[in-house]
Amino acid sequence: MNYEERLQNVSVLGAAGKMGSGILLLTAVEMADLSLKPENKEKTFVLNAVDVSDQALAGLMKYLKTQVQKIAEKNAVMLRKVYQDRKDLVENGDIINQYVFDVLTIVKPSTRIEVAFHSGLVFEAIIEDPATKIGVYTQISRNNPNQPWFFTNTSSIPITWLDENAGLGGRIIGFHFYNPPAVQKLVELIKATNTLKEVEEFAMMYAKNLRKTIVPAHDVAGFIGNGHFMRDILFSTKEVERLTKDFSFVEAVYILNRISQDYLIRPMGIFQLIDYVGVDVCSYIMSVMNPYLPDEDLHSPVLDKMLSRDVKGGQFADGSQKDGILKYEKGKPVAIFDPETKQYKAISEFQAKVEERLGPMPVVRPWKTIVNNPAKEELLVAYFSELKAQAGMGADLTKAYTIRSCQIGKKLVSDGVAFSEKDVNTVLLTGFFHAYGPINNYLN
Amino acid sequence: MKKLRRKVYMVAGSNTISMGSGRKEFSPKMVMPTPETLMKEAGQATLLKIGGAQHVDECVVGNFMSARFNRQAHLGAFFPFIDEGLKGKPAISVEGACASGSLALVSGIKSVLAETAEVVLAIGVEVQNTVKAIYCADILAGAGWFQNRKNGQAYFFPGEFSDRAGAYFEKYGREKTRKAFARWFRNAIENARLCPTAQEYHNTVKDLEALGMTEPNGKFFVDHLSVYDCSKVSDGASAITIVSEEGLKRLGIPKSDAVEVVGFGHVEGNITQQPDDLTELTQSKLAVAKALESAGITKDQLGTAEIHDCFTIAAVETIEAMGFAGKGEAPDFILDGNTSRTGSIPINTTGGLIGWGHPTGGTGVHQAVTLLEQLTGKTGDAQITLSPNKPYGLSINMGGNDKTLVSIVYRNANA
Repeated sequence: MNYEERLQNVSVLGAAGKMGSGILLLTAVEMADLSLKPENKEKTFVLNAVDVSDQALAGLMKYLKTQVQKIAEKNAVMLRKVYQDRKDLVENGDIINQYVFDVLTIVKPSTRIEVAFHSGLVFEAIIEDPATKIGVYTQISRNNPNQPWFFTNTSSIPITWLDENAGLGGRIIGFHFYNPPAVQKLVELIKATNTLKEVEEFAMMYAKNLRKTIVPAHDVAGFIGNGHFMRDILFSTKEVERLTKDFSFVEAVYILNRISQDYLIRPMGIFQLIDYVGVDVCSYIMSVMNPYLPDEDLHSPVLDKMLSRDVKGGQFADGSQKDGILKYEKGKPVAIFDPETKQYKAISEFQAKVEERLGPMPVVRPWKTIVNNPAKEELLVAYFSELKAQAGMGADLTKAYTIRSCQIGKKLVSDGVAFSEKDVNTVLLTGFFHAYGPINNYLN
Repeated sequence: MKKLRRKVYMVAGSNTISMGSGRKEFSPKMVMPTPETLMKEAGQATLLKIGGAQHVDECVVGNFMSARFNRQAHLGAFFPFIDEGLKGKPAISVEGACASGSLALVSGIKSVLAETAEVVLAIGVEVQNTVKAIYCADILAGAGWFQNRKNGQAYFFPGEFSDRAGAYFEKYGREKTRKAFARWFRNAIENARLCPTAQEYHNTVKDLEALGMTEPNGKFFVDHLSVYDCSKVSDGASAITIVSEEGLKRLGIPKSDAVEVVGFGHVEGNITQQPDDLTELTQSKLAVAKALESAGITKDQLGTAEIHDCFTIAAVETIEAMGFAGKGEAPDFILDGNTSRTGSIPINTTGGLIGWGHPTGGTGVHQAVTLLEQLTGKTGDAQITLSPNKPYGLSINMGGNDKTLVSIVYRNANA
């Protein structure tokens, strides 16, 4: 089976989920583009969108239509050439509508896993539960005569473990998209010990056609992205616990969120990022990773406490942020959850007092003014040298956070999770939209 | 064309803001205005300046594609919506693609010349932000021959003028021409920053010429022009009053606040034919020659001009069509500063189509309003100093790819 044959019948499991919907979109567009090549006019392309709920699948189809339309609008110049033989399609509007129709025609929504029994390729983006994944792989593999390949989006479970327990004989690879897959350029590629060479080759070509940046990671639980993110969470929540000697809980959360966003020049503070991913998801990823990391205890009592109060965060179906540890108005944090009173406390009530306690700080350069700035490097060097000279609680916390983030990054290399420091930085730059990599010399 | 048989004047110009990307108030998600609300805004402002609708004999509106952009045709019947006092009076709507505004002016001028009216209210209007740029390109492509649409580019008119730019590059050199494009862009934005209604009024980019030199990307747009070579998608309306000597008296407006229309030229090309030479604007050249002949003046008596820079290449070729530079020499003419607001012939002093905006059907009337303001000293921060030896202003308004051309010559009525 060549690249194109492999993509003639594909299934995405968990297609209506946050990650699955993006994977489905990208794959649908790639398959439609193949189907529109003159030599493929007679071939049929099928993309099964499998999920557990009809309602979620209906929402998925709406999402797909909107997104494909945007893609078609952006690529109208190219699409006019694709459809140049269609005399009935004259205006851009005609061509865009036809393309949307052609992409959506490939996608077959279904709640039945049996549809995957004919696929040559299965993308799996279901719940991050090892047993469930094994069950699904086994069921499909036993009933599918095509020896299908499995591309798993797991962000935490070792691929070799999945391969061995599902008896796939190397027909699996970790193909870890970042959220949202349609936008994020990064894909972490994780081979199991026995991953077939042709599976890897296909993965590289597929990523290239989707214009993704591949960063290879070793098959160690959490890989690079969550390897850094989860330890970052752990550091922050421990700092929150430490600060609660002098501050209230909500004030401590405010401080760490403020430091990790504004003073570290990141797109989101750490607690906003936890809410974005979901408190439950973060906690779950830690629990999945933890058994594979004998030297560490990847576990946060602060997240436990939040979850016990049913504080979860995550996103609504339209992509807007649900309230979690922070409460949001128009996407901006306005209050913080106090687990004792079980109520949100407005940031404005204590902000001024806490800011004063942070002490002198360098002038904040908002992330968005830095991240694509051609003079980024000079601006960052100047910012951190100013920070280095500052004394006070806020500056000290920022420095400690920067150093810790660097240590986490270096440990990912020394533990053999990442192949190089550059790969670690690439993941944080492209997967987390950081303005600079964690492994740097700004404070040296 | 012979000298006009009767004196024709224009007074009481008004512009709405040219709304679209670049304005702080604008968001693509906002509820867009309707053409009639903008007609009302500009029309009422002009009626206020002339003392009320009772003075108006006839009305005319120029609009290109409201039937598609806004699902609204029959704009002439909105005059009584602007003011109840216009009910029962004649009103028409005229269309000639992006020259629709000037066709409204020509229509009003002819009514005054024909003595069927002493006071004509003329409006030009377009609301285009109701659709995304890629669909806007479909609608604007109606200014070309629809039989050519299938083989045209996604961004149809940028594509047509990109072909002109490509031909010009090949014949006269790419580098200098692109530098002249970038200078043209800079002049347009800097002039727009002086005019509060301009779409680029809020523009704060420091190095405009560097931005203007952005390389074109044919994969997503067109081969030889970048978006900075193009006028933007704009929503706006302009209104003006076209009057006779008697009309001026009726309104009680002093001649010092009026411009006289001393001549005009109006020509059509064949929309089914491709240009003979992509580096020349044949009809534009003819229209300017007719306008100058009708006015009985030469180009050297022009103190300012409003030209149809829908694209930078259109500006370059128009300057050559006007005779200010020989073939292939407009880039030097621009780079030497001649067209800047302090140059030998300041052009597009409130930003033109690239800087002020290009609400297609409104542009011709906007050009008239700018020249009225410049020649009567009422342009505010954008006012230029006119030499007594060059008291004339000229407009060129183009519909399609050099197909419908209107050029009008003005001077202060007191001169």
